Amino acid sequence: MTPPATLLNVDRVGKSFTMHLQGGALLPVVQDVSFDVAAGECVVLGGPSGAGKSSLLKIVYGNYRCDSGSVMVRDGEDTIDVAAASPRRMIRLRRTRLAYVSQFLRVIPRVSAIDIVVQAAVEFGLPEDEGRRRARDLLTRLNVPEQLWSLAPATFSGGEQQRINIARGFVADHDVLLLDEPTASLDAVNRAAVVDLILTKKRRGTALLGIFHDEDVRDRVADRVVDVTRFSAAA
Amino acid sequence: MSAALLAPEADDDRPLLTVSGLTKYYGERPGCLDVGFDLHPGEVLAIVGESGSGKSTLLSLLACRLAPTRGTIRYRMRNGAMRDVMSLTEAERRLLMRTDWGFVHQDAAQGLRMRVSAGANVGERLMALGQRHYGDIRAQAKDWLQRVEIDTDRIDDPPRSFSGGMRQRLQIARNLVTAPRLVLMDEPTGGLDVSVQARLLDLLRGLVADLGLAVVIVTHDLAVARLVSHRLMVMRQGSVIETGLTDQVLDDPREPYTQLLVSSVLQV
Repeated sequence: MTPPATLLNVDRVGKSFTMHLQGGALLPVVQDVSFDVAAGECVVLGGPSGAGKSSLLKIVYGNYRCDSGSVMVRDGEDTIDVAAASPRRMIRLRRTRLAYVSQFLRVIPRVSAIDIVVQAAVEFGLPEDEGRRRARDLLTRLNVPEQLWSLAPATFSGGEQQRINIARGFVADHDVLLLDEPTASLDAVNRAAVVDLILTKKRRGTALLGIFHDEDVRDRVADRVVDVTRFSAAA
Repeated sequence: MSAALLAPEADDDRPLLTVSGLTKYYGERPGCLDVGFDLHPGEVLAIVGESGSGKSTLLSLLACRLAPTRGTIRYRMRNGAMRDVMSLTEAERRLLMRTDWGFVHQDAAQGLRMRVSAGANVGERLMALGQRHYGDIRAQAKDWLQRVEIDTDRIDDPPRSFSGGMRQRLQIARNLVTAPRLVLMDEPTGGLDVSVQARLLDLLRGLVADLGLAVVIVTHDLAVARLVSHRLMVMRQGSVIETGLTDQVLDDPREPYTQLLVSSVLQV
């Protein structure tokens, strides 16, 4: 059997912030980060707060630029370097291959919870009815009460918003999924629901890279832990 | 709607608009210096900067309301040919502006005819395209009023009697009725109440996605840029000082001035 394909390859990535408003102070984040994530694998970024885990995830998504190294993401027959790709190419990569579940939901105020999820599916290229079917299924599995589906999530609790956010990230079939503490504000029942969703993605060959502070969740989903402290640029 | 007016393929690999070296001097003072970018169908480009940064000058140049000192604006016509917009005849350019391009003003009163009915405001551009059938034009106007969430009972009322948010939505309907491929917007949410802004942004985002529009939107509001645009250009003193994916420029700004702009936004 051939080994599963590498879908994400991070190679010697380095990043620091130059804070021009603070006299040009240089704030090192990470240096010389290298690791791979294969299809069907869940790699967890470990290390204490401030080690640069979230920043690293944002670099992989192209949200933060990197100063050196490359972030290669498989795009069908091609491989795209997130660190060098044009904005236009990145937009396409994010639409079809690379998804990111942030810690917070940021959306236009008026759109209903279910439509936020459906829109993510449609952007990926699924037909609307299929997107709606998946959205209903996900919101049900994540225990979001049906009477909330048609409401805009601005007034939802933190945990409810988080679950809308997770549904939005999981609704399509991106090859690479980045998860920034998706279970942070969830109770045990919903943490278990998210674990199930992650295991389902793994079985389907998605490459997952995530941050999980909850040890129990981490133990159940992680194939490997990459300790970010060894890349810490401050050290 | 005729086939020629259908929204273009959003995946088209060729740019719709190619701007290069665009420069405008007001006497000695530069209004806009050496600005260049490509814009593809379905892309929303936000131009941000403070007053006097040159963003409005740039938009006026793009809209051919100002003549550049130098530089070119090339546009892919519906027949596929790239044309220098400056080299079009006056009649060709006017037709382009009335049909294939839209312009949404900050002050809706500048983009609407305030004394004629809402329906006539929307229908006017269709007539510029040669449509003469009153019933068809009215039906399309009605459809567009619905799409911008204006009660069709108001079709015979003049925009003078509309609220600011309604006027802005009517202006958008007036622009989009001819299925333009490129829309230029100058602070479209400026001067509107926050709740009205949210509705307009939501509407804009939906329309842009449904129609595969290319949009250049000038705004000083970084939150607006974040919600509606894919790419961002930051202008200062007439020049583009930073450009990239919208979330990247806003979350990891590189230039001192961009860092200042981003850190000056009040958090809620």
